[in-house]
Order: sequence, then structure tokens, then C-alpha cells
Amino acid sequence: MKKMSVARKRTLRFLIILGALNLLALAKFGFGNHSTLSTTYGLVLGHEWIILHSVVVKSSTGSTFFALLGLLGCGLGFLFFKLNKTSLAGISIASISILFSFICWAATGKFIPLTGLLQGGLMLAVPLIFGSMSGLLCERSGVINIAIEGQLLAGAFASAVVASVTHKTMLGLIIAPIAGAAVSVLLATFAIKFGVDQVILGFVLNVLVYGLTDFLYKRLLIPYQSTWNQAPSFSQISIPILGKIPIIGPIFFDQTIIVYLMYAIVAAISYGLFRTKWGLRTRSVGEHPEAADSVGIDVNKLRFRNVVIAGLVAGLGGAYFTIGSVGSFGKEMTAGSGFIALAALIFGKWTPKGAILAALLFGFADNLQGTLSIIGVSVPSEFMLMVPYIATIIAVSGLIGRVRAPAADGVFYSRGESH
Amino acid sequence: MSLELRGVTKTFGSLVANDNINLKVDDGEIHAILGENGAGKSTLMNIVYGLVQPDSGEFLVDGNPVTIHQPADALAVGIGMVHQHFMLIPVFSVLENIILGHEQSTKIGSLESSAAREKILKLASEFGFHIDPDAIVENLSVGVQQRVEILKALMYDAKILILDEPTAVLTPQETDEFIEIMKKLRASGTAIIFISHKLREVKAVADKITVIRQGKVVAIADPKSTQEELASLMVGRPVNLTEKKTIHHDNAVVVKVSELNIADEVGRPLVSNINFEIHKGEILAIAGVQGNGQTELANAMVNLHKNVHGSILLDGQEIVGLSVNKSLHSGIAYVPESRELDGLIGKFSIAENLILDTHHEQPFAKGIFMSNKAVEEEAQKKVVEFDIRTQSIDAPVSSLSGGNKQKVVLARELSRPVRLVVACQPTRGLDVGAIEFVHKRILEEREAGRAVLLFSTELDEVMTLADRIAVMYKGEILSIVDASATREQIGLLMAGVKS
Repeated sequence: MKKMSVARKRTLRFLIILGALNLLALAKFGFGNHSTLSTTYGLVLGHEWIILHSVVVKSSTGSTFFALLGLLGCGLGFLFFKLNKTSLAGISIASISILFSFICWAATGKFIPLTGLLQGGLMLAVPLIFGSMSGLLCERSGVINIAIEGQLLAGAFASAVVASVTHKTMLGLIIAPIAGAAVSVLLATFAIKFGVDQVILGFVLNVLVYGLTDFLYKRLLIPYQSTWNQAPSFSQISIPILGKIPIIGPIFFDQTIIVYLMYAIVAAISYGLFRTKWGLRTRSVGEHPEAADSVGIDVNKLRFRNVVIAGLVAGLGGAYFTIGSVGSFGKEMTAGSGFIALAALIFGKWTPKGAILAALLFGFADNLQGTLSIIGVSVPSEFMLMVPYIATIIAVSGLIGRVRAPAADGVFYSRGESH
Repeated sequence: MSLELRGVTKTFGSLVANDNINLKVDDGEIHAILGENGAGKSTLMNIVYGLVQPDSGEFLVDGNPVTIHQPADALAVGIGMVHQHFMLIPVFSVLENIILGHEQSTKIGSLESSAAREKILKLASEFGFHIDPDAIVENLSVGVQQRVEILKALMYDAKILILDEPTAVLTPQETDEFIEIMKKLRASGTAIIFISHKLREVKAVADKITVIRQGKVVAIADPKSTQEELASLMVGRPVNLTEKKTIHHDNAVVVKVSELNIADEVGRPLVSNINFEIHKGEILAIAGVQGNGQTELANAMVNLHKNVHGSILLDGQEIVGLSVNKSLHSGIAYVPESRELDGLIGKFSIAENLILDTHHEQPFAKGIFMSNKAVEEEAQKKVVEFDIRTQSIDAPVSSLSGGNKQKVVLARELSRPVRLVVACQPTRGLDVGAIEFVHKRILEEREAGRAVLLFSTELDEVMTLADRIAVMYKGEILSIVDASATREQIGLLMAGVKS
């Protein structure tokens, strides 16, 4: 009871802060913008059935609209708060509105390729989603996975090399998950069999993969680039009908095979974790391994298997960096995506849905800073890069309801030790 | 179904946990296994349930030898177990907890639980449990969680049910209900192995009693034996359970609590309108079901709680609002509810734990340095005085048994000049020998003229020690009665019935 009331107080405080920020946006971006210039939003990427024309909106009007929408979101959140329901929807609307109100203001007199912005956001979110699914599988089974970064990088490296040597992207796609799983086997062996501290272990594995790929990159991929690092990449496949829906089509259904595989994996994990025998058992070993053992579940075998599957998922995500986009491998090209994926997992409260939404938000924020600097808006790009971390701190501090990791996350299990 | 164990032996290093144990449990019998903490009861039951592998020994079910290497094997032959620490997943629903490990899937791979749900409801109504299969386990009371554990075993046709210290976590009322459940189970033909060190309960329900001491079966006792006889078998020497009370008459008031109110951080009342006095050489026991404000009141006595309003006078001096350090040094000994959590620092040595409160004072501190010699001397002295059984004073306190840990807490708290002893659940989880020691020590403090404020949910303990008994219910003291009050009177007050 006591805890609830503290959490509720925090939610209320957060709603008030959001409301104040929206009011500020209304004053500064809406009414404070005396420029009569407009912002043009591009809505077309090229393959749709109906070619929508660019939308031109006066900047101050756009800002005002979104700030008001944000206030509405706050009101909605407060209503749900009063009804003792989750105010997450209201909070989301309010937060996103502030962002859009800001974009309208920042891009006064400029052209914003809106569809491109969203599509780019998804593209940047793809490895984050793969990574967070890997983290989800591990942590729901009770193994902390800090090595997502290493798994992604291993996948990226292996797929580029194999695809270069064999000139077959498909082989690259097959080898990537195996490389990720190899990192997982190390993680699982030391964490589950020998009880090594999982945070330290994950960190060490990242350093190992960084070192190994750096070394091979320098000694092999750079000197013999034409043989080792000139991978072909997958081309986009537009799904019939779906791919031609305006706005949504080009964003979601004109992608490479890796993205379609991601949809399938996300669906399988979301369903499997909560609707199947495997999911129930996975969650049980992540929450209370002794209890799972006492009903005849082989805790460590299940954990091992799930960690390896997680490696397969993250490894496949790594392929997206190379054969899923540019083709060739670049030094340390994952650039911290694994850590942002981990942040997405935590921000998403260890649920598949939450993690995906968080990954999309982070991807969008990342892309936004790129787009803004291209069109010449002077917002320091570092500011936008902070978004994932600030969001994670907000999530962990309990501002948007209770965040609780699986109870046995990172806890070594050995039958003898608990008795 | 009957179960027989022959020659079960298990050693952990040099410790013989079970030494050639023979045990026979018959169909529809409640077979109690009585022994002190550490006697080897739990190890034996973990062996039967397949969680621990024995060095030697065999199992016979209905006369046929069986092998049990893991819990699944035990379940397969019809042995179910309710563990002392529940094997329930707090964030799962009752249904999910019960089907875990026995899940049925549909053709497309999703969980199929409607048959299980029906069976749960049927079993629950048979035994008169009110259980919602969709309730989340962490929201249920401990008593109800235990019923979920029992259902879990019954769901998969356990014919022999092992109950490991099932009443340790229950309130007196829940314990009574639990004893009724055991009787119902027996009536339905289930054999029960009931592990306990609580004599009253064992006597109330057992058909046969096997007493284990230091890993050996020392006797098969008759439930009609007296509590003293059973206790002596368990401890291995004569035990005098009911302490003699010598009556003190001294009217000087040591503690006067008036109009004390405690609120939580958002201002809701936790404890309201507390008034009592304790005289020199008097034990005032605060009885009541766990969670009725006792913890908060106890914490308030040494200013460990914020939001306390009212007055606590210790020999006429106001102590509300002092720091914890000053409260302790004004003459209060404080034995907290949880030894492991609040009373001791597990990784620190026994010697270090003994001076936690006075480490900054002479002779333990000299300027900014610690005097290890003084600390050691103090520890050697206390280990003898309080009979703390340990290999070394440098051993981490977490390596001690519960009883010895409590002795360390007592030794430290009683080393300061004391006028009031606040003891919270001082014997929770202790064995008979340690309980005897703690009770003796508390009575010695009383005889030395100190006021004692005893918080206990154990009615037996309250009745044995107290001069007066205050019963707390929903944050208030319902009534303060004399020690001559009957169990029934106090039981009613504990349930909130004010006559």
C-alpha cells in the first residue's frame, strides 16, 4: 500500500511536469514563434498507390496544435490516474507531442521528409529491436545479458566476411546467428555452469568481440578488402499490396528480408513468452528457479537453451548492419547499439511490447538528430543522443509506474546451494 | 500408500546430516518428525523429495523399491512436498503456479488450462479452501499461499505429503485452521509427514512421532507423551519448559508511553493512541497477529521510525525525537525482529558484531584507530558469558546457527547500561535449547529490575513470560490484561473482539 502511494505520487508529479512542458511549448513554439514561414512535410517515398502531396503547415500553427494535443494527453493521463488505471497512454501522447511541437518550431521555413524520417527511424531501430529481444530472452530466464553489443558485432562481422568470400548474401544471413550464438555459448557456459558474475562476464565478452573483430579488420579486411570485405547486400522487397499503402507501406513493407524476419521473431517471442509452455517455464526460471526445479523443470538446461536462442536473435540483428544495408563491415560499427538495446529492454519494463516501442522511440530520436542537422537546424546533436539514456533513467526511477526486473535475473542457480 | 526409508545416510563434508535413518510412514497417517533446527529433518525430507542425493539408503513405496534422483521422480511415485520457503512464483497466478511443470498444450502450442482450472476448483471446494485461480500469488496472505502449495501437491495425486515446518510462518489462528486441514487430508487417505519443532502442534495432530537428534533417530514417541518428555528427547537432556516466575513488586515506573501515534510517509495512521506504563522488574508483552502495528511501535521505541507523535518517557526523560544512537545510550537494549536483516551484519565477524554499537567508544576506539585487542577481549568474554557456540570469534556471524546469532545480539545489547529491554520476536525460528536460553536471559533482566517490553506473536511465549499482556489490533492496543488471562480471552482480543 505504502509503495503504491509513492509510485502514484511520482506519476502525478510526472504528469504535472509534462503538462508544464507542454504549456511551455505552447508559449515558446506556438505563440512565441512570430515567423510567418511554414514547414513543409514530405509524405512520399515513391512507390505508393496514391501519391500524397507534401503538406505545408504554418510552423506556429503546427507547434500550437501539438502542444494542445500534449495537454490533452496530460488530461487523459490524469483521468486514467483518477480511475486508478495506468496513465501510460496519456503520458506517451504528451511526451511525443512535445517532441513534435519542437520539430515544427525547429524546422520553421524548412522541408522535413516526414515519411523518410519515420522510415529512417525504423531502420535505426531494427538492430535495437533484435538486441532487446536477445536481452529479453536471457533476462526473462534469469541471465543478465550485457553482451548484446558483442553478439551484434559478431553477427555483423561474420555475415560480412562470409557473404564477401562466397558472394552469397544468404550464407551471410545463415552465419550471422551462429556467430551471435557462439558469444552466447561463452556467456551461458561461464554464467550458468560456473556461476561467474554476469555483468562482468558480459562486459568482458564485449571487449573480446571488439578486440577480435578490430584485429581481423585491421589485418585481414583492410589489406585484402576485395576478397574479405566487399559483401553484397540484400535489396528491398516490397510486399504486394501492403507495400503500396501510403505512408505505412514504404515504412514497414518495403524492407529487406532481415526486417521481415524481425517481424516474425518479435511475434513469436511475444506470443511464446506468455501463451506457451515454453514461455511459462522460461518466466518461472527467471523468477524463482528453486520453485521451477521443485516441479521437475531442468533450470540450467532451459536457461542455457534460451541464452543460445538469444544469441541467434542478436547475431541475426548484427547482419542488418552489413548485408542488411551497406554490405561491408566497418570497425566497431555497432557503436553502442547493444547498450541502447539494453536500455530499451529496461525502459520497456522487460516486456516484448514495451521493448519494441522503446527501441522505435530511440531509433526515431537518433534519426531525428541526423535529419535536423542535415536540413540545417542548429540543435546540438548530442542533445538528441541523450534521449535513450534519459528515458531509461526516467523508467528506472519509477516515474511511469513500477519497473521490476525478473526476480532471479542474474542469480546463479545450483540445486545444492539453496538447501 | 506407505513409504519406508532404510538406512539413509548423508554427509556434507565432515558433518553427518543423516546417520542411518529408518522411517516408515503408513497409509493415512500423520507422522511427525520432531527435531531441533539443524537436527537433519529438512535434509532427510529433501532426500525423499529428490532435491538432495543420499550417500546410501533405499526407499520403498508400498514395499517396492524405488529410485528418486530428482523431484520429478518423487512426484511420479506420489510424493508431494510443501517447502518451508514456499516454492511459488510471486508474480504468477495461482493457476500458473499449479500447472507449472505439468502444462498441457493445444495443437498450436498454446497453453491449455481449463481442465486444470476445473480440478483446482473441485479440490479447493473439497477441502473448503476459498481460492481464486486467477489471483496473483504475491497478493495472497501467507496462509492462503500455503493452501496453494498443498493444492499443487494434491493436483498431481500426491499420496504422501511432506510438510516442512508448515506452521513456522503462520499466525495462531492460521495454525489452528492448518491443523484442521491436515486432519481432513488424513481423512481423505493422504499420508502426511509433518516436520516441526513445535511440541503443541505435534501433540495435537500426530499419530506417530519420530524424534531426530544430530542426524539420528533417537526415539519413536507416543503423541500422548508430555511436552517435557518430547522436548527432552529432542534436546537430549531434561528441559524445563515453563520457567518459574518470581513475583516482583516495585511500583517505580520506568517507561511511560502516552498518546503515541505513528503515521506512514503519506500521513496515514499505522499506530494510534498508544498508552502504557512498564514498572521496574516487569515484563509487558505486546501480543497480536503479525502486522498489526507491532513492528512500527517497536521501531518507535528507539526512534527508528519517522512520523512519531506523542511521548515516551524513560525515567521521566523524553526520548521521542532523539537519534537512534542517543536512544540506545539512554538505556534501551533493542533486539530487532529480524536478526539477519537488522540485528547483525552477516559478513562481519562475531567480534565485530559485538561492538557495532560501541565501536567508537573507549576502550574499543583510540582516537581514529580501533583497538583490536580490546575488541577481542570483549568478544572472548561475551562468547563465554552467553554460551555462543563457535569455532572462532573471527568467524563471520552468518556462519552461526539462529540461536547463536540471537545470543550475539543479546550479548551486544545487554552490554550497555540498560533500563529498558525491547525484545521483538526474540525466539522466532529458534530451537528449544536456544529458546530456553533467551527466556532465561529475559527473566534475569526482569529480576535485575529492568523493564521489559516483549513483542511476540507466539502466544505460548507471551503466556510464559509476561506479567501483563497488551493485545494490539489494527494499530491500537485493544486491552491490557493480567497474565492470568486465559488463552481464549487473548485469542479473541487478537482477532479484534473486545468483550
